[in-house]
Amino acid sequence: MLTAIIALPLVGVALLLGFGTTAARARAIALGAVVAELALTAVLFAAYDGADGYSFIERADWIPALGVQYLLGVDGLSVPMVLLNGILGVAAVLSSWTVKERVREFFVWLLVLQAAVMGVFVSMDLILFFVFWELELLPMFLLISMWGTGRREYSAMKFLVFTFLGSAFMFAAILVLYFSLPAGERTFDMMALADSGLAGAIVPASLVFGGFLIAFAVKLPIFPLHTWLPDAHTDAPTAVSVMLAGVLLKMGGYGLLRINAGLFPGELVSAAPLLAVLAVVNVLYGAVVVMRQTDLKRMVAYSSVSHMGFVVLGLASVGATAGQFNGVGLNGAALQLFTHGIITGLLFVVVGLVYERAHTRHIPDMGGMARQMPLIAVVFLLAGFGALGLPGTAGFPAEIMVFIGGFTAYAWAAAASAFGIVLAAGYMLWAAQRTMFGPRLERWDGLRDANIVDMGAMAVLLVPMFVIGVYPRLLTDVFDAGLAPIVRGFGG
Amino acid sequence: MISEAAVWGIIGLPLAAGALAALALLPALRPLARASGYAAVLGVAGAFGLSLAALDSTLGADRAAGFAARSWLTVGDPASAGGFEVTVGLLLDPLSAVMVALVSGVSMLVMVFSLGYMRKEPGGEGGAWADYPRYFTYMSWFTAAMLGLVLAYNLIQLFVFWELVGLFSYLLIGFWYHRPAAAAAAKKAFIVTRIGDFGFMLALLYLYLHRAEFLAQGANPFEIPDILAVAPLLSAGVATWVALGILAGAMGKSAQFPLNTWLPDAMEGPTPVSSLIHAATMVAAGVFLVARMFPLFEESAVALNAVAIVGGTTAVLAAAMAIVANDIKRVLAFSTVSQLGYMFLALGVGAWQIAIFHLLTHAFFKCLLFLTAGSVHHSVHTFDMRYMGGLRAWMPLTYAATVIGALSLVGIAPLAGFWSKDEVLAAAWSADGAGSVLVSRLVFVLGMAAVFMTAFYVFRLLLMTFHGRFRGGIDAVPADELTPDEAILAGHVHRAESPWVMLLPMAVLALLAGVAGVALNAVGAFGPLPAHGLTHFLGGLSRDFDQGVAGLSTALALAGIGLAIAAHRRGVLGLTDLPRPWSVVHRFLAGRLYMDHLYETLIVRRLLYRGLFFAADWADRRLVDGTVDLVGWVGRNGGRAVAQLQTGQVQVYGVGVFMGVVVMLMLFMFQR
Repeated sequence: MLTAIIALPLVGVALLLGFGTTAARARAIALGAVVAELALTAVLFAAYDGADGYSFIERADWIPALGVQYLLGVDGLSVPMVLLNGILGVAAVLSSWTVKERVREFFVWLLVLQAAVMGVFVSMDLILFFVFWELELLPMFLLISMWGTGRREYSAMKFLVFTFLGSAFMFAAILVLYFSLPAGERTFDMMALADSGLAGAIVPASLVFGGFLIAFAVKLPIFPLHTWLPDAHTDAPTAVSVMLAGVLLKMGGYGLLRINAGLFPGELVSAAPLLAVLAVVNVLYGAVVVMRQTDLKRMVAYSSVSHMGFVVLGLASVGATAGQFNGVGLNGAALQLFTHGIITGLLFVVVGLVYERAHTRHIPDMGGMARQMPLIAVVFLLAGFGALGLPGTAGFPAEIMVFIGGFTAYAWAAAASAFGIVLAAGYMLWAAQRTMFGPRLERWDGLRDANIVDMGAMAVLLVPMFVIGVYPRLLTDVFDAGLAPIVRGFGG
Repeated sequence: MISEAAVWGIIGLPLAAGALAALALLPALRPLARASGYAAVLGVAGAFGLSLAALDSTLGADRAAGFAARSWLTVGDPASAGGFEVTVGLLLDPLSAVMVALVSGVSMLVMVFSLGYMRKEPGGEGGAWADYPRYFTYMSWFTAAMLGLVLAYNLIQLFVFWELVGLFSYLLIGFWYHRPAAAAAAKKAFIVTRIGDFGFMLALLYLYLHRAEFLAQGANPFEIPDILAVAPLLSAGVATWVALGILAGAMGKSAQFPLNTWLPDAMEGPTPVSSLIHAATMVAAGVFLVARMFPLFEESAVALNAVAIVGGTTAVLAAAMAIVANDIKRVLAFSTVSQLGYMFLALGVGAWQIAIFHLLTHAFFKCLLFLTAGSVHHSVHTFDMRYMGGLRAWMPLTYAATVIGALSLVGIAPLAGFWSKDEVLAAAWSADGAGSVLVSRLVFVLGMAAVFMTAFYVFRLLLMTFHGRFRGGIDAVPADELTPDEAILAGHVHRAESPWVMLLPMAVLALLAGVAGVALNAVGAFGPLPAHGLTHFLGGLSRDFDQGVAGLSTALALAGIGLAIAAHRRGVLGLTDLPRPWSVVHRFLAGRLYMDHLYETLIVRRLLYRGLFFAADWADRRLVDGTVDLVGWVGRNGGRAVAQLQTGQVQVYGVGVFMGVVVMLMLFMFQR
């Protein structure tokens, strides 16, 4: 099952290389692959029974001498992430319908990217996890530098250097962890490590923890390691922005939950005050910087920095005193990963549609577009309301859970972060006002509204945004089951 | 006993009607646009019917009925301190029964009025019915959200609907989104109310922080009946902080000072929207919320005093600003803020049932007054009273309705407003709430002062609009003051009464604004009507009629009216060219106390946008990212010695990173 989920996009790649000779065919094959992948991830989601522990385990020796295994497995934390990647894959392909240069290669790399991210979410062996983590870099680099806009080479290289630097820390951390374990217990098996609790007992546990933390902090990103993100987003093609905001950042949050919280609970508690500070900085600093952005994509990118602060706050909730600790913050952080992926993915889809038509992302040049493109304007507004955490959209349950959890640990940090929802209302509604509202401008009269493909790209994200918003238990019960062992690690 | 499904239907019918109305947005169904209005009216009429059934049910033996709360969001075991649960349910009790009947009833009347009002002038873009589907969809969904708010069983559920009414308020204020003023006003309304909601949110967080005290009683920290039951048992300070947080939310929604600045701007929305949302229902949600959570407030004298002072201050300040406004809707908006201040005042002195009584009568007369303003606009196409005058000549029915609404608002016996305002003031005078006596007396004085001011501005409105000679309507407005939308209407002044579809709702509301005071809450048994029917039904409080308070307030009201008539006779009602000290006061009030200037220009634009936001953006580009680029620059240029390695190939960098990792690894190993 899990191997199939990783392999299916690669089958799509093979078909593309074999038959995707024309642009139309390449698009059809890519769409077929991502739709099939979405179906498969939906089957996995439906088949996951909420059991405590790991399901669908696949195990094979890979490098027996070192104990490296091809080990796949999922729990309630990874299953929604896999589904998220499936959903965003469809949105990404549909929003790439108008790519004109080297269409086949574009979709090849997009599918490789999806497969690599799937691998990260289902790997239960640290080395395998690291391999997939690195594998995602290559398609990202190529997609930005070849199909991007603006200073694309600079941005792609910046993305690469930052992530590589983080990866170096992770790789060192993995090896130190392995060799620090007691002789007979050496393993890369994340499930075994989580169950035995041995990782937290090794001598340089805080160093290893720190290595992972830096790697994931770059990815999430956490201030001051975030500056690659606005550049990468701004210069990336739409589909890549969707994937970047939707799932690549989530790899950082997933790693923090899976490894930093799952394997090193004691270290995370010690780091919680620092994380609380960083969470507030991320939320408020990100939101404040958004206000000055005049490029629509940069604006959304910085809003991501702000919203990822909520994930950090959720993690910091483990710093609560024994009687106050609860799993709400960690659950909120996990849910925030999913909902931010959906909502910001949607924002990037819409921004891409606007850019494709108006050929500008400069906010002061826009205005009144709701006249010419009512549907796009409505979806932009809906996504904006999702981003500002309006109840009824998926953003609300995630944010309130993060605040609830954070408040029990660091009330000041949660209160300061909660002010982020006021700032988010400010920048989102201001952006809507400046782009979509105002008098009709004649220069936009030729713009057409969304076509059927665009509608598909938006709908595939709008539907989960509202479904989760109206009935969050569909997802929170799954996360709750998956996070229960981790929460127990903190005495909850 | 009404069934749970029927109570859900109160929310569900307008929701479904809104969805039906939205169908007419599809290009293929455009010809059915007109029908979307009927669908919306039917949906809310159905909700009104069910609301009456619910009210009837609570009048019987089962006064309160909470319907099983279902889990909406659960983490861990809700019964343990490590768990978290948000439930969703319905809370039907006298308070919510009265509110649903009011909301659905007023909404129905306003929707009927809108059938006539929202019809565009012939020749408008997209035809006469072009605005219909979008308008009636928003209005239906607003009504559904408002009904959901009132019926919420859980405080987080209430917060959800609280935000949703804010969403539809945003969409309806910005209904004519192509007008820059409307788009800006919509944004402002949402953001200012959200500042209050930030406090509401903190109150929710604070409740959870003290969940142990709830769990010890087997209670859920978010379920409203549980909170109210546990409130007296909470440790010191908890009730105060939670109540103050909730008050912040209520102040935002009900436009209380200092969060009052959004409501006058909200008049950019269509007039029936102002009538329903920004006079009768949504802005009263803050009053409802405090009334709903009243046992919690009663535990804290600090919170009650805060409510009273906020209310009293707002009542006076807003009334003062209403005196100098020239836009008929702005006058009514300031008046709404002022009257909501009265309701807060009543809440603060412990008389929440009387606050709800005033909420009801205010909903009737203020909704009516907004509809008459809409009717006036239908004829003269401007809201500026300086260009009206003499309208009673051709709008006798609108004039009559305005007079009834005006007298009710001023508080002249025996109209509805008299009874409710009198009870508010009497409650403040008697000062037997849990708050401080001194505060009660202070807000009594403020309330009395506002009575005089109210009488003056209401009659100023009445006289400037309907009396004297006609000053030309939109045709007399200087061209540079017209927006493009208004300019189209120039030359279309028609001296005629509005159509019956607009007059009918006004007639019903005029009737209610006249008799509701006696009918709902007569001071003594009156025919079949029981004494203090409403306040008894809501929760047992009754207060004897205070002749002294009534006499004083009536005298002040008559003085205000007399002053307005005298000023009208001398032709100085426009309040221009005032002598020296008064002109300064006028400028201060007309500038809305310079609060907008303080918030928008000084704080947001100067301090934040050009200050903090600019500095943060600069720091991000120059310092944080600059460091990154510097490191990269040093790497590139310093690396010239090993320029062969600078091939630009990813693999080579990868090798470099890998080597670095190996070095670090060896360092770690040797450390051990």
